[in-house]
Amino acid sequence: MEIQTRKESKTTIISVKGRIDAVTAPRLEKNLFDLIAQGETALLLNLQELDYISSAGLRSILSAAKQLKAKSGELFIAGLQGSVRDVFQMSGFYTIFRIFELVEEALQAE
Amino acid sequence: MSILSRQKLPAQLEYLQEFMMTVTSCAQDQGFSKKRIREIELSTEEALVNIFNYSYPEGEGEAEITCHLEGDTFVVEIIDEGIPFDITTVTDPDVTVDISQRKIGGLGIFFLKKLMDEVRYRRENNKNILRLIIKKESS
Repeated sequence: MEIQTRKESKTTIISVKGRIDAVTAPRLEKNLFDLIAQGETALLLNLQELDYISSAGLRSILSAAKQLKAKSGELFIAGLQGSVRDVFQMSGFYTIFRIFELVEEALQAE
Repeated sequence: MSILSRQKLPAQLEYLQEFMMTVTSCAQDQGFSKKRIREIELSTEEALVNIFNYSYPEGEGEAEITCHLEGDTFVVEIIDEGIPFDITTVTDPDVTVDISQRKIGGLGIFFLKKLMDEVRYRRENNKNILRLIIKKESS
């Protein structure tokens, strides 16, 4: 798993590549929690190049989103592909997150 | 029944990727689609992580994973000698509630029950024997 972070106006875009499994999920979670602790309130997870996610990854994303919501921020998601998209659909995450096809769309909606 | 591959390692998270490599390479050899391979991987990971987290509360143990071929059915069998736990009886989480009411957890078992063609559990000789059953895709 590779994580790249950049900021565009008020939004921090976190791009995750590769696999988020039970081994790598804690690293993503720490990354997200660090950003929240630094005062970031708009986090956009770009999962365009993510190949695999398990429930451990969803759990990390959900716990960061809960933390952010408590601080009146929001975590939203863009770029879901293939089996990663299927996992988001199965878990009902489409009803709890704003999910965009493309990063650009998400940034415009902000 | 023919055994394709077998791996026995400590039931600990640090061995997850080694277990997964065994299953992925078996599933690839069987010619499953990329989508189906991801689903097999997901289900296997969820079952293994569950064992790592709960099976041996008072110490350490091992997990054994075997890929079988039974006719045109691919089977991933996962065995541990921990506390009895029948994954097939776990109730599904509510996947319709909003973020504030969402429970963290419970999704993994839900995924594997949903994605596998069949999930069978039995307790035998103090072992938990879980079988993930995947029908070969007709091309």
